[in-house]
Amino acid sequence: MSEKTDVTLTINGKDYAIAVEPRRTLADAIREDCGQTGTHIGCEHGVCGACTVIVDDAPVRSCLMFAVQAEGKAIRTVEGLADGDKLHPMQQAFMDNHGLQCGFCTPGFLMLAVGVLEREPNISDEALIDVLSSNLCRCTGYQNIIKSVRAAAQEMRK
Amino acid sequence: MSSKQKFIGRSVPRLEDRTLLTGQGRFAADVNFPGQWAMRVVRSPIAHGRLRGIDASAALTMDGVHAVWTFADVAHIPPIPFRLTGLKALEPYQQRVMASDFVRYVGEPVAVVFADNAYIAEDAAETIELDIEPLEPVMKATDAPGPFDATKNTEPDVLHKGYGDVDAAFKAADSIVTLELSVGRHSGVPLETRGAIGYYNEALGRLEMHGAAKVPHWNRDTMGRMLGRTRDDFQLFEGHVGGGFGIRGEIYPEDLIVCAAALHFRKPIKWIEDRREHLITANHSRQQTHRIRAAIDAQGRILAIDDEFFHDNGAYMRTHAATVPDLAAAMLPGPYRVPAYRATAHIRLTNKTPCGTYRAPGRYESTFVRERLLDAIAANVGVDKVEIRKRNLLPKNAMPYALGLETLGTHIVYDSGDYGLLLDKALERAGWPKLQKEIAKRRANGEKVGAGVAMFVEKSGLGPFDDVRVEVKNDGNIELVTGAASVGQGVETAMAQICAETLGVDYTTVNVIHGQTDRIGRGLGAFASRVTVMTGEATKRASTKLRAHILNLAAELMQAEPTQLDIVDGEIVRTGGAPGPSMKLIDLAKAKPGELIAEDTFESTHMVYPYGVHVAAVRVDAETGGVAIEKYVMAYDVGKAVNPMLVEGQIAGGLAQGIGGALFEEFLYDEGGEPLSVTFADYLMPTAHEVPESSILITEDAPSPLNSLGLKGAGEGGTNPVGAVIASAIDDALQRPGAILSLPVTPQRLRAICKKT
Repeated sequence: MSEKTDVTLTINGKDYAIAVEPRRTLADAIREDCGQTGTHIGCEHGVCGACTVIVDDAPVRSCLMFAVQAEGKAIRTVEGLADGDKLHPMQQAFMDNHGLQCGFCTPGFLMLAVGVLEREPNISDEALIDVLSSNLCRCTGYQNIIKSVRAAAQEMRK
Repeated sequence: MSSKQKFIGRSVPRLEDRTLLTGQGRFAADVNFPGQWAMRVVRSPIAHGRLRGIDASAALTMDGVHAVWTFADVAHIPPIPFRLTGLKALEPYQQRVMASDFVRYVGEPVAVVFADNAYIAEDAAETIELDIEPLEPVMKATDAPGPFDATKNTEPDVLHKGYGDVDAAFKAADSIVTLELSVGRHSGVPLETRGAIGYYNEALGRLEMHGAAKVPHWNRDTMGRMLGRTRDDFQLFEGHVGGGFGIRGEIYPEDLIVCAAALHFRKPIKWIEDRREHLITANHSRQQTHRIRAAIDAQGRILAIDDEFFHDNGAYMRTHAATVPDLAAAMLPGPYRVPAYRATAHIRLTNKTPCGTYRAPGRYESTFVRERLLDAIAANVGVDKVEIRKRNLLPKNAMPYALGLETLGTHIVYDSGDYGLLLDKALERAGWPKLQKEIAKRRANGEKVGAGVAMFVEKSGLGPFDDVRVEVKNDGNIELVTGAASVGQGVETAMAQICAETLGVDYTTVNVIHGQTDRIGRGLGAFASRVTVMTGEATKRASTKLRAHILNLAAELMQAEPTQLDIVDGEIVRTGGAPGPSMKLIDLAKAKPGELIAEDTFESTHMVYPYGVHVAAVRVDAETGGVAIEKYVMAYDVGKAVNPMLVEGQIAGGLAQGIGGALFEEFLYDEGGEPLSVTFADYLMPTAHEVPESSILITEDAPSPLNSLGLKGAGEGGTNPVGAVIASAIDDALQRPGAILSLPVTPQRLRAICKKT
């Protein structure tokens, strides 16, 4: 399993030329080979969603994708959300609505919510809760996360 | 002159957030050192057995594998000692960092592999062959104790607590109510798994552990002793912590192994737990069975309570020793007048994951038991659940109330409280009479709907001390150093608010340093909802001292009396319209470098006691066994809320965990001790679907007399009575008092109960 393959990952518009084993997960490659540790690993089996990133405009669990599968695709992580010092409306909404406590699940929730709202800006409340129920949070009790995403949705529609 | 800013009591945004929202947080797995090795733990696949041999020869031939350690390599490390509630009788049951001759739970460390990276370490670990002779496991704490080793059985000790003449009360009783109740095995399960990075800093001759949490100073002192390091040559560093809930940051075997290995190999050693490991090795909690009896008079007033319970502590006594059964026994009486009381707590070991504390330890369990008992008493005398509670509540004029019991080394003295008032407020917030009418109407239409109410007393602010040092740095910002820790609850913001208001600066200029053992000599960390109370009061004292010191220094330069000066928004101003220029704090700091500093301590020998009421309304689906929570109200008196938004956040988050324990979460084992809850697909935690919107009422009717701000901690009140209130509401929905006798009420169990009409 030790032969490595050369791949180039494009994360937040920047290219990272790395050599990885075929079995290496995208999550590990983003964090360890590309140094972007904002993407977190919570369960490594696709349930908690802490590792959610946006790949070609769709939120994906980066622990369930191999790094080699992401070659040539546009990967977005939490590090790419803010515009310089200006937070993305989703980040701002999480701050304004106390949508985080320990902050470990937060990058995953941000990328999940941004990815979904970019594709479906007028998503219904019911569908939104359905989407958000795919990630786990152990601190907030979710209601402030739902509130945050609703607030950001309004802002993003402007 | 601008008016002085008030920060205490305001829901200001958190100082922690920007870093976490932009992916700049530094959690344990984000810590890396050049040349580090990864550590992988080989764990017992057998619940109980004799360890006869370990063959690591294949692993040692693999490229990138540096070493394999077994017990012989760590035999110099003593068993992990107790932090709280240690009892002599429990000491022989402490856990070694690796198994020597017996394995006692699936997941117990038997060897570790050191390799270039985690992938290689994991590959190598899989090649290690274990020769284990299986032995019969003990799986039930209520069964007769089995053998622990050749000389000891699996009941390390029995705790006795009580007061009054229980037997006389039972003889005099009009009636006796008896129940057997049990709470399942669940735990904190933070989203970040554990992690520890050992690093030997050659330049300083200093051993470091990164990834510390909760109690870094205690762990530094204890692990230092165990590894033969002094306070100066061993330091712990806390980064961001992805949820604590009681279980993160206790000393676990892996923490010691990485430190010992870093010291031995002089290489940075990194261990990051995977989720399966977490679910079978990090502290579990809760699992208890209670056999409880109440002696009551004809009106349902309690004359005595007699409770015998069995605490399933898993395979070893870890750092919390007897904390959970002790708290369960000591806090069971709750907000009610119980004239005579007896608790007998059997601490029992089983061949399951060892246990520790989890948010509202001992209280989630004993509140469930007590409130089920109150509901049963109500049914026995034929009054409603609110009335029975009112008949038994301690009145306001009983405060302060000495319960006559001790726990965590202190006498329990309820410091202040108006339990009846809070009950009224909670029922009003829930619209109780209207709710009852709606329920009656819907029930007539065939719906299974019902409501429950539960009351509880929490404890917080455990001493004995906390230190805080505050300094105005040369850039004008304030640095506050404390031995407290953060588990994501907003410590930095709350401390900054208290400091800023006391001092007279903006809270965003206060930089709170915590969890760094090299920055302050001692500290007690974050547990038992203690930080806001203990560190908060210490912060106030240190800030008050610094303020007086600043005004004295400024008085000389400004040729004024200190009493004529004030600090407003970081500027030293003259009060009462006195003429003359003002002076910026930053200019004073530059004029007196290193002098604008003060340190103070808060000591306390008693805990403080917040209290609360939860009200829930549920709908039961008898076909699926599902429970929909339609209404949830939480009233909690915290004495004084430093930041109401953070307090509400703690309570709402606590509710989600309480719901998990009430309806979904459970660590299950098969008869042979094989754990069945090893992924998030079989250990079910609530999602955005299952946690309802709740109504939170924070009150400040009974400030604590034990600290100057009246603070009581808020971390556990959202969790404490959730199992109790959900059970009460389900009973009501089924119109079957006493239907729910155990938690969690999973759909399978509820369907079975519904079918058993």
